[in-house]
Amino acid sequence: MKFFSHETLESKLPLLIISIVLVISIGGLVQLPPMFFQTSMTEPVAGLKPYTALQLEGRDVYIREGCHGCHSQMIRPFRSEVERYGHYSVAGEFVYDHPFQFSSHRRGPDLARIGGKFSDEWHREHMINPRAFVPESNMPNYPWLDKTPANGKIIATKMKRLQMLGVPYTDADIAAAPGALAGKTEMDALIAYMQGLGIHVKSVR
Amino acid sequence: MSDFTSNFWNLYIAITTVVALVFCAWLLIAVGRDKGKASETTHVWDGDLTELNNQLPNWWRGLFWALLIFSVGYLIYYPGLGSFKGLGNWTQVGQLEKEMIALENQTRPMYDRFLAMSAEDLAKDQKAMVTAERIFQNTCARCHGSDARGFIGYTNLRSGAWSWGGDPADIEYSIAEGRTGIMMPMGDALGGEPGVKAVVAYMRSLSGLDHDASKVAQGETLFEENCVACHGMDAKGMKDIGAPDLTDNVWVHGGTERAMEKVVALGRNSDLADGDFAMPPHKEVLSKGQIHLLTAYVWGLTNK
Repeated sequence: MKFFSHETLESKLPLLIISIVLVISIGGLVQLPPMFFQTSMTEPVAGLKPYTALQLEGRDVYIREGCHGCHSQMIRPFRSEVERYGHYSVAGEFVYDHPFQFSSHRRGPDLARIGGKFSDEWHREHMINPRAFVPESNMPNYPWLDKTPANGKIIATKMKRLQMLGVPYTDADIAAAPGALAGKTEMDALIAYMQGLGIHVKSVR
Repeated sequence: MSDFTSNFWNLYIAITTVVALVFCAWLLIAVGRDKGKASETTHVWDGDLTELNNQLPNWWRGLFWALLIFSVGYLIYYPGLGSFKGLGNWTQVGQLEKEMIALENQTRPMYDRFLAMSAEDLAKDQKAMVTAERIFQNTCARCHGSDARGFIGYTNLRSGAWSWGGDPADIEYSIAEGRTGIMMPMGDALGGEPGVKAVVAYMRSLSGLDHDASKVAQGETLFEENCVACHGMDAKGMKDIGAPDLTDNVWVHGGTERAMEKVVALGRNSDLADGDFAMPPHKEVLSKGQIHLLTAYVWGLTNK
């Protein structure tokens, strides 16, 4: 009996299973693990800071409301995207994101460089009624965000977990977190988050 | 980008890839040994029903070989084998840069021509204004509206009123550098609600709006004591600090009594950091030529 033959493989089920798993995992093994050992993937870009407590809470509002369902945060290095949104996204901008908000579907515009493009007040009015500014907009209204207080109860726990994942929060940051959310609404948090998106990499004309 | 922390990963990728390709090639040769013969397997049912081990069809093996040869060529020309950059020196960013340079070369003569023209002349160039309209819709319309009439809190560019000046040079500066204005909260200085209402009555009288005539005299006194430093004795404003003209019946933050009282009492701070209205700078978003073109467009909205 030959070692490598249909007969050997097909009559020894464990060997067949192991061989299949081995063959189909080669692509993943070559592409994925080396990324964790690339400087451009693991080092933050210059000036990048972890989200403040308010921004982090805003990030969670962003996730809860499903913003990522319609908005990507990933500008690809194509002329059309760079012309419209600004400098293409680089991996170092996302090292403190757990999880990433890249998304893969654009019903609305990409938000990777939304920070500083509009005033806070614009965001507030636009979130309450997008059609006040863009008559043809198909974005839903989010009026409750302006009335719901930001949840400061578990923000310290969230930051501790992120600290475990390697986000450089100091213990002082974490201790100050609940205070930073006092009196703020979810709208304030979401706007603080959005105003910080993509501001560390500038395109120069 | 292949900036691995150690050379191990370079070798890991390259060796795994090459071994996988060699394995595929060997597999093709190994299963192709029994040329055209249907060798018997040991699978026999009912005494004489035998499963045969037939060759894969030639077209299929031919395609597999073609694919293998293509992938070798691909890995030589493009980056793929660990840190090997490929003979073609292709990168994603390099391709983008080439495209951007091509675009720049294609549009530079056009923008050079625009930059050589005054905004006044450029505004008369119908073809240039078509381009300008597109840049306006993409960059400016979210705040100033697709009809350029703005919204409450966002300047109506067709009103003819220019808090920061309406000359092309002023407009060009506003677009490139942005504008940050501050209206002080005056509620306390005016002595609370009655004072605020009186000043608003005076302001409305200047624009010929409905107002409580009995309060105008008191309002005028309060105005002269508190407001003239920025808005001027004649209430026509001061463009250097963005203090608007209060006599032209154009109200950026709303022209109802309630809206005006709110602005007077609570103030308006257009500093982005304080989270209020501001015109953001665009010099990093748009090129000089694009800003000049937009200036002509915006100036042309009210200067036909």
